[in-house]
Amino acid sequence: MTTETRQRKLFLILIAVAAAMFGFGYVLPPLYAKVCQLTGFNRLQSADAVSGTQQDSNRTVLMQFDSNLRDGLPWNFRAMQATAPVHPGQLVQVSYEVRNNSDHAISGQAIASYAPAGAAAYVRKLECFCFSIQTIAAHEIRQMPVIFLIDSSLPSDVPTVTLSYTFFEVPGRQTTVKESGT
Amino acid sequence: MNEIQEIAVQPAVEPIEEPHGIMRWLTSTDHKEIGTLYLIFSFAMFLVGGSMALCIRAELFRPGLQFLRPELFNQLTTMHGLVMVFGAVMPAFVGFANWQLPMMVGASDMAFPRLNNFGFWLLPPAAILLMASFFAPGGATAAGWTLYAPLSVQMGPGMDMAIFAVHLLGISSIVGAINIATTILHRRAPGMTLMKMPMFVWTWLVTAFLLVAVMPVFASAVTMLLTDRHFGTHFFNAAGGGDPVLFQHIFWFFGHPEVYILILPAFGIISEIVPTFSRKPLFGYRSMVFATCAIGVLAFLVWGHHMFTVGFGVGPELFFMYATMLVAVPTGVKLFNWIGTMWEGSLTFEAPMLFALGFILVFLVGGVTGVVLAVAAVDVQLQDTYYVVAHFHYTMVAGSLFSLFAATYYWLPKWTGRMYDETLARWHFALSIVFFNMTFFVMFFLGLAGMPRRIPDYPLQFADFNMIASIGAAGFGFSQLLFLYVVVKCVRRGAPASGRVWEGAVGLEWTLPSPAPRHSFEIPPVVPSV
Repeated sequence: MTTETRQRKLFLILIAVAAAMFGFGYVLPPLYAKVCQLTGFNRLQSADAVSGTQQDSNRTVLMQFDSNLRDGLPWNFRAMQATAPVHPGQLVQVSYEVRNNSDHAISGQAIASYAPAGAAAYVRKLECFCFSIQTIAAHEIRQMPVIFLIDSSLPSDVPTVTLSYTFFEVPGRQTTVKESGT
Repeated sequence: MNEIQEIAVQPAVEPIEEPHGIMRWLTSTDHKEIGTLYLIFSFAMFLVGGSMALCIRAELFRPGLQFLRPELFNQLTTMHGLVMVFGAVMPAFVGFANWQLPMMVGASDMAFPRLNNFGFWLLPPAAILLMASFFAPGGATAAGWTLYAPLSVQMGPGMDMAIFAVHLLGISSIVGAINIATTILHRRAPGMTLMKMPMFVWTWLVTAFLLVAVMPVFASAVTMLLTDRHFGTHFFNAAGGGDPVLFQHIFWFFGHPEVYILILPAFGIISEIVPTFSRKPLFGYRSMVFATCAIGVLAFLVWGHHMFTVGFGVGPELFFMYATMLVAVPTGVKLFNWIGTMWEGSLTFEAPMLFALGFILVFLVGGVTGVVLAVAAVDVQLQDTYYVVAHFHYTMVAGSLFSLFAATYYWLPKWTGRMYDETLARWHFALSIVFFNMTFFVMFFLGLAGMPRRIPDYPLQFADFNMIASIGAAGFGFSQLLFLYVVVKCVRRGAPASGRVWEGAVGLEWTLPSPAPRHSFEIPPVVPSV
């Protein structure tokens, strides 16, 4: 083999490697989703496993409920109750209300976050409007429940837990998002 | 390499009808001319990125907001990083590869001269895109050089320009790397086996493979950003089922090997210079080669240490922590080998050696603080503080940049046929090392005290250290004009340089006359097999 053909061969191999690595970049998102699903990281859109249901009536944790909208989403979004005293292990139902002020249906996805962040692992949501994309018709007012309990193993130095939801608009998506585990 | 025999001076071939003026540079396929273009481009970008740094330091000279709006400050920190990494350091190393690799392996030119030209001329459009993005509505991207989602999904059109610039820079790096790998693997002179290659060639071979492996991953990440921004995909959009943390994973899967892309050729340069000025062969050549390869492999296993605070649990944190600490082993081997090379050598301290010694000293500080940051529990405290800023500037400025200065002084007489002004070059070193440490050493204290990076203002207690850092930065920045002067002076006039240039120099490039003839080796030199 002459130097020229060997060079051309190596060139083609390296171009192929570069192309394959570009493709590999696109393999990473599903791979990441799979890893998150298998390890249980980042499970935002499915019910949590129930644990710590031994109700501790001697202890009361103050739950605060917060609501936010992103990027000028023309909705009103509020918690029906700002706070609630909760015993660890006690099953609690609260409601949020959303109102679409625009003249057309809009889909949104709510993302939950917690303060203090370490409390996130102890809030067990059994039912939540954040498990799916919510499509709100024009001028519709909808009340949506959240059913949760606080794991009774919540560290004793946490007197207050804030559950905060932020609605993001999902453009061009009207159907329920497939549970992907991410 | 000392066994390489002297070979006869090669007769220069008469050039046939060369284009002149601008067309000569636009159409050049000569590895030396393209190398020069790369070096001029990277130095220009170094001055641009440095000016941005000086704007940043001017704002941080005193607490409060004086000169810059916070949005512009964020744009400047972002663009400083992008310009320095992709515009200055990477093209500078490619420039040195272009000049030196054919001469060091005994070839006439690079394997693919036209591809070489194409690779360079992708850079100026990319630079123009980046600079022009300052004038786009909303200004340049301000998401940090890491372009983290979700911020980068929300920015204005300046972000799109940065994405396209990154695509161009990526393609340029990939074709450059393919050219370099092919030159090294298929253009070596007879008798130069892999284990006889100079260390600069070895480190560039590993770097080239890293580039081919990870630049496309970065390209795919920014392409996902682009489709998230404009075409309704949700790779990084939490609301659509994506995840911003995924961007960090993909970015650092590219980003950590990228860090080694920026430092491995520097290791090669230092491994050339230290033996020359110690007048001894490199200590532990084999272990140097294996350490280089080991760093190349480890580069793919440590990306998580950039993201210790995203919350991926104790298991992965421990894995990334220990894997990162493992990097210190091959790097330590290199440091000990350089010291072993100097041991009982007859040392002289010309400018290349001074910069090489400066490199070893300050890179050690960068490396050791890297081990501190590798400890996951400590990193939680230091994440995104000035400690990190100090750490990576100790590796990238005092590491990569000092090695580039060393390499310039080392090989410039071979390129121009004239000696540079040694006195001024030593002044350049003295000013650089003093002002560099003045700028960045205090940042360790600022970081330990909790000053966050990328913020245009700070509480009063950080004022004194910030003032010292800003004075140091101004001194460091303006000292580089001296470097420009020394190089320009050497190109125009100076004492003629001999072929060997340095008394202790060994290697094929020193068997050529100075300045090196147009087609470096018309007839491949024979490297004896002993």
